Parts: sequence; structure tokens; C-alpha cells
Amino acid sequence: MNEEEIVKRLKDRFGDRIEAYVKRKRRIVVKIDRELIIDVSKFLFEELDFKFFSTITAVDFPDRFECIYHVSRHDGIMILLKARIPKNDPKIKSVTSIWPGADWHEREAYDLMGIIFEGHPNLKRIFLPEDFKGHPLRKDFKLQEASWF
Amino acid sequence: MTLMEILILIILPVLILIFLSLDVLFLTWLERKVIARIQLRYGPNRTGPFGILQPLADALKLIQKEDIIPRDADRTIFNLAPIVSFVAAALPFMFVPFSEYFQLALIDNAIIFLLATSALSAIGILLAAWGSNSKYPLLGGMRAIAQVLSYEIPLVLAILSVIILVGSFSLIDIVKYQEENIWLIFLQPLGFLIFFISGLAEASRVPFDLPESESELVAGFHTEYSGMKFALLLFAEYIHLILISMLMTLLYLGGWDIPGLYYLESVAKSIGYTLGLSEKLSIGLLHFLILIIKVHIVIFLILWITRGTLFRIRVYSLPVLSWKGLIPLAMLNVIITSILAGGLG
Amino acid sequence: MKYKFEGYEIEVRDNELLLNLGPQHPSTHGLCRLVVKLEGEKVKEIIPIIGYLHRGVEKICENRTYLQIIPITDRMDYLSAMNNNFAYVTAVEELLGVKVPERAEYLRVIAAELNRIASHLLFIATFGMDIGSFSAFMYGFRDREMILDLLEEMSGARMLYSYMRIGGVKRDVKKEFFDRCIKVLDKLEERLKDYERFFLENELFINRTKGIGILKPEDAIKLGVTGPNLRASGVKYDIRRVDPYSVYESIDFEVITDSGCDSYARFMVRFKEIKESIKIVRQAIKQIPEGDIMARVPKVIRPPEGEVYSRVESPRGELGVYIYSDGKSDKPYRIKFRVPSFANLSAFPHFNKGLLLADLIVSFASIDIVLGDIDR
Repeated sequence: MNEEEIVKRLKDRFGDRIEAYVKRKRRIVVKIDRELIIDVSKFLFEELDFKFFSTITAVDFPDRFECIYHVSRHDGIMILLKARIPKNDPKIKSVTSIWPGADWHEREAYDLMGIIFEGHPNLKRIFLPEDFKGHPLRKDFKLQEASWF
Repeated sequence: MTLMEILILIILPVLILIFLSLDVLFLTWLERKVIARIQLRYGPNRTGPFGILQPLADALKLIQKEDIIPRDADRTIFNLAPIVSFVAAALPFMFVPFSEYFQLALIDNAIIFLLATSALSAIGILLAAWGSNSKYPLLGGMRAIAQVLSYEIPLVLAILSVIILVGSFSLIDIVKYQEENIWLIFLQPLGFLIFFISGLAEASRVPFDLPESESELVAGFHTEYSGMKFALLLFAEYIHLILISMLMTLLYLGGWDIPGLYYLESVAKSIGYTLGLSEKLSIGLLHFLILIIKVHIVIFLILWITRGTLFRIRVYSLPVLSWKGLIPLAMLNVIITSILAGGLG
Repeated sequence: MKYKFEGYEIEVRDNELLLNLGPQHPSTHGLCRLVVKLEGEKVKEIIPIIGYLHRGVEKICENRTYLQIIPITDRMDYLSAMNNNFAYVTAVEELLGVKVPERAEYLRVIAAELNRIASHLLFIATFGMDIGSFSAFMYGFRDREMILDLLEEMSGARMLYSYMRIGGVKRDVKKEFFDRCIKVLDKLEERLKDYERFFLENELFINRTKGIGILKPEDAIKLGVTGPNLRASGVKYDIRRVDPYSVYESIDFEVITDSGCDSYARFMVRFKEIKESIKIVRQAIKQIPEGDIMARVPKVIRPPEGEVYSRVESPRGELGVYIYSDGKSDKPYRIKFRVPSFANLSAFPHFNKGLLLADLIVSFASIDIVLGDIDR
């Protein structure tokens, strides 16, 4: 199965609810809304054989959050599955039931970007202490001014 | 009993303790130096020639150190443990002959007392582990007891076959037997092997240093100790190593016997005569010298073979090794020895 | 009794013991805290707690220009800084659409593979120490030293190289360097025979590591484990092969796998990978062409709007860099490092329950994590 076939399979299955294109060799970009995340993930895992979960990147755009799930197949084809999340309600379904390896990556995204993964078994801060205020990777997080002696 | 005899009774143990302390200091240096050379390092080399004064500096440091007692520790037991360990380690030397004419407690069944007193050291470890009231020492103490249960029996069985062969409980007799016949390592190779392995466990050296394996238990039962108490525990450990090597020498490697001993003895006698020493004293000193050199060769081999080259054994596989391997072998050895000794006798 | 820490709440019964391994502990390889629940010495639960080294690299990078980020990548996985550089510069080059001169690519491959050897040697050293042989530790460091000397000659630094630049490498090497390199590799191959005798033919070593920490292949994939740990479970997955970057396509090497799934297999895979890396370096030295070492790259790097996810095989697994550039500034809008140790540690509690404490340490050492990498 090459990149075009994967895109075609995805489009056949989900129609115009998703946007999918081949970015370069072995890289496919798929854009979805957050409601579809479980369906698409299941489809990718079960039928298209995307077993390797690399990581989650959460990006803070001016108008939305985006969770980018990097998943790949055994032959190196990688999908950047982008889920749009509205700014005022940063929640998305957890994919730990499909890829258990997503556990800590979701915790990281929660810790640093403040995105809440519903259904995650253990959603706690991972790097920062429990009582830390705010989520540092957000663009509106105020950095401390560097102070010199 | 005259005053002189009482004085001797006091002075001799003190002399032995001083000897042991100095030897421990020397051993810490030797161990560090030998291991360092195996591991491509220099080891101590700043204090004195070849860093030989390093142990003194260490001792000075340990004496100066603050004596920390953890808040939650059981103070009585915590303070008692190093003393018990040290006493239990030093006590067996009462029954060790340092020469043909010198043994502090000259009793017939010295070996039995020796083994009984040396086994006491496990209590010291247990006390230290329990008294610290801390988790790593506790785990170390548990391991130490599991270890005692496994090495003591093969150790005793190995010695038993020596006793059967020689027909005496006295270490002096055993050495005399070896002087007259042949070193027992040649008659008891299997027994020697068993003794060597269980002896390493008794001295808790690599690969059997489970009670204090630093990669998981930090420092085992002496994690919480500092200053002189730590030094005492360390002393006890090294004294144990000396004891085991000494036993190994006496039981299997001929004690003070070396080829050409008669010639050396006559030389010693003549030197002693010119110095005005009695015949027994000069020969005794010669025996002592030979014994000590041999013991240190054995210690050097132990350091070289085990500490330098081996990994730590898997935890709780010492009991398995002991109960499934060493004890049956030791029993077999006892049986074979009895049959042979009976046949010879 | 209930214990509370770091947002966890854990029930401990009378016959159980809650033990804190770390953050300061001889064998946690940095500042990792493992909270383990023990029954006797049997491990019933493992909770890794990380974040003691968290420096917020991703946030720092958002306020740095593209060139300034290179030294920051060094400081993540400080044992394989070359590979971190590699991942980052390939990502930016893809974003810019720069074609890197072939000589630079070969130099990069040589540097990265030498770094891999050094990293694996350090693994062997620390692994030896964790199972109780300090000698192994010293031997590993001795041989790593030779490699570090080579890398120093290449880049001028011994640990934090910052050798690669966007569009090439910092400086060329002299001709004699390759001769010295071959000499060192010859010597290393001889030394590896000693390691074989010291480790692999040692009954105690086999006894300590065989069957400890079994990670089944399907679990390994599911839990996101990559790198030598995954290959030790018998899965043939190496980024250098499945998603080739740089000039790895034109280099002939084998992907080492082992079906043992245990700590011994993980050791073996790394041990054999050293040999494989030696092979790669030899080939690269044979194939390296003459030419430039820098492509033409603008002084101020301002990539067009776009995104890229580029990954390399670091000594610890898949090291990925995601960059989103908004096209307006000379600083990345969002940069994300996918670090291998993070995923490997997250899998650790799943396959080690029921081990004895001493075996847990062996298994922990065998997954070879770097805390600077995990915490970033």
C-alpha cells in the first residue's frame, strides 16, 4: 500500500469530513475535527496498520489548538493526524485505548499546553509540579524577564 | 596465677587487636590499589609513597566526622550494632593459632568455638539493619540473613571432612598433619572449592556482596551509619575477610608450612639465639610471619579473582546454589572422606 | 495505609513496603525517581516520576533563531548530541528545501555513527556497573575516550558538539583524520573481543540478565518503544532503513534484531550495533567524495510557512523533530522534540512487575534512558 492508496482509503471511508493529502514521500497529512479522532484513529490502527505511535504535538494557533498525532507504519509511512480543537474548550477524546503508548504523550500535552484528554486513565502533570499555575507552551503564557545581577 | 601471667593475658589480646587494626588499614589500601590497577586507575597515590598513608587519612576523617543518628532510629540497637559486629568479628581470633606454640584460648575443640563466634556477626548486621529503621538497611538485613542460612552449612560441612581426615578439632593439629603429610588442598580439592565459595559469602565479598550491593540498596545495612560507627562496621567486614583467608590457609594451604621449613626454622633459631630470644618465640615469630604472608596472598587472590572480574550474583540465587549445589556436594565429600579415612586408618 | 505524593495516591498494606528509588540513587542514571511498591523484594508496582531536569527546551526554542537552537539540541540527549543535531538540521533543511552537499552528508553520517558507538559503549559501562562490576565501567569509559578524541578532532568539543549546521557541517576534517579513524576502529574491534569474553561468556552475567524484563514484541510496538529496545524484541524497525535520511540509502548495513526480548537481548543488540556502526563508518570513509561542506544558505534563516516532521535513529530510538514555521519570523512558531527515552521509560512499568528489586535495576539499566532527554 503506498501513500496515494492510503489517502484514497481514508477519503472513501470518511468522505469530505476529512482533508488528506500526501506531503512528500512517506508523509501524509490528515486534517480532521476533534469529534472524529476516535473513528479515524481506529481506522488507521486496525485497517491501515498504523501501529507505531510516535508522539503528540499540541500547537497553539491564534484561532485554535491543534493536536498532531504522529503515527507510522512498519514501512515508514507516517501520518500527521491533525485534530482541530476550539480555543475556549480545549478537550479531546483520549486515544490511549487504541495506542497505549500515547499515555505519557497525552499527559505531556496536558501539562504543557493544557489540552484535556477525556478518558485518559491518569491525566496528571508530568514534568511540572502539581501546584504549577498555567500551561507554559501556550502563547499567552507570560515568561519571566531575564534578570541580571 | 602470677601477676606476670595476668599481664600476658591482657597484653596478648590487645596485641592481636592492634595487629588486626593495622592489617585492616593495610587491607583497605591494598584493596583500593589492586582494584585500581585492574580497572586502569592509579588508586591512592598522594599520601605518602604509593599512597600508603591513605588509610590513616581516612581513619582521621572518620574519627572527626559528626556522629549522626537518624531521628526515627532505635537508638540502643543502632548504637549497639557496630560494637556487636566488631566483637563478633574479632572474637574468633581467640581460637586461631598464629603459630605452633601460640593460640590465645588453647582448647581442644577450637574450630567449633571459632565457627560459633564467627556466625554471631550476622546478628550484628541484623541489629544494624533493624536499628536504622530505614528501608534500604532493612532490605540489606533481610538479604544478609538469607545469606547466612545458605553459606554456613556448606562451610561447616567442608570443615567437617577436614576434621574427619585429620582426626582432631584443633587447628594446630591440622597444620601439623599437613606438615607431616601433604597440604590438604591436594587431598580435599572439592572441599576447598566449597569452602572458598562459602567463605566469600561469609565475608560478603563480590560476587556475594548482596547485603550491601550499592546499585540497588545504596549501601545496604550501613546506609545510615557515619563516623566511627561506620568505621567499626567496615572494620568488622575486613576482619571477617582476614579470618576467612586465615582459615583457608590453616585448613587447606598448610598454615605456616612451606617447603624448606626446617631449614628456615634453624635459621630463625640461630638468629633468635643471637638476639637472646627463646627457641619457641623465634620459631613462633617465623611461623607467624609465614602465615601472614600466605594470608595476604590469599586475600590478594580473592580481590583479584572476584572483586576485579566478577559481577554480583543474582539475588536469592545463593540459597539455591547452596542448597541444591554446595550442600549435596559437601555431604558427598564428607562421605568419601569418611570412607577413605576409614580405609586408611 | 495511604501514601500521597505528586498527585498519586497509593494504598500500602502491612506486608508491603513503599520504596523511593531516586531521585538521588546510584542506578537511576540521572534524576529519575521510581516509586516502587515491594512485597518482600518482589516489585508489585512501579511509578516513574520525572521532571527533575525539565528546562522547557521547547519554549526556549520558540524564542531563539533557528541557528541558536542547535546548541540547545545538544543539551537534550547529552550522550548522543550528534544525533540530536542531525535530527534538527535535517528538519530545518527540509523546511527550507536546501540540498546539502554530499561530503557534508557523509561527514554527518560518520559523526553520528561514531557518536552512536560512544553512546553504546557508555551503555555497556553503566550496565556493567549496575550488575556489580566497576571494572566494566572503567573499561567502557576507556574505549569511549578514543571515540571522543575523534569527535573532538572533528567538532572541537567532546560532548556538546554543535557540529552540524543548517546546510552542512561546521568544518571539514583533514585527510589524516580518516586514517586515525580507521586505526581507532581497528583497535576497538579488538577490544570488543575482550568485552565478549568479559560479558557474554560470563555465567554470572547470563544468569543476571537472561529472562529479566521480558518485553513481548506486540507490547513493545503498542507502548511506543523504539530503537534497540524494540529490536531486542525481534521487531525489525530502524529509522535508518524504514524512513531513510541523509545518505543511509547508499550504505550497506544490517538491522540487528534479537528474539530474546529480555535484558540480555537488549545488551546483545547494542553490542552488535557497535560492530554495525563500525562497518558504516568504514564504508562512509571509503565512499566520501571531495567537495563543499556547506550549501548556500541565507544568513538569516526565515523558512516559508509550513511544517515538517523529520526523524532520525538515535542510539536510543526514534528521535523526531516537528517544526511549524509561520513564515513571518526567524524563530520557529512551534518546535517539538519526540525523544526516544521518554516513550521507552513510559513503557517500563508495564513489563517489569513481579521482578525482584535487584532484577528491576538490571531491567532499568537495560532500557538505557537519558534523563536529560526525557525531561528536556
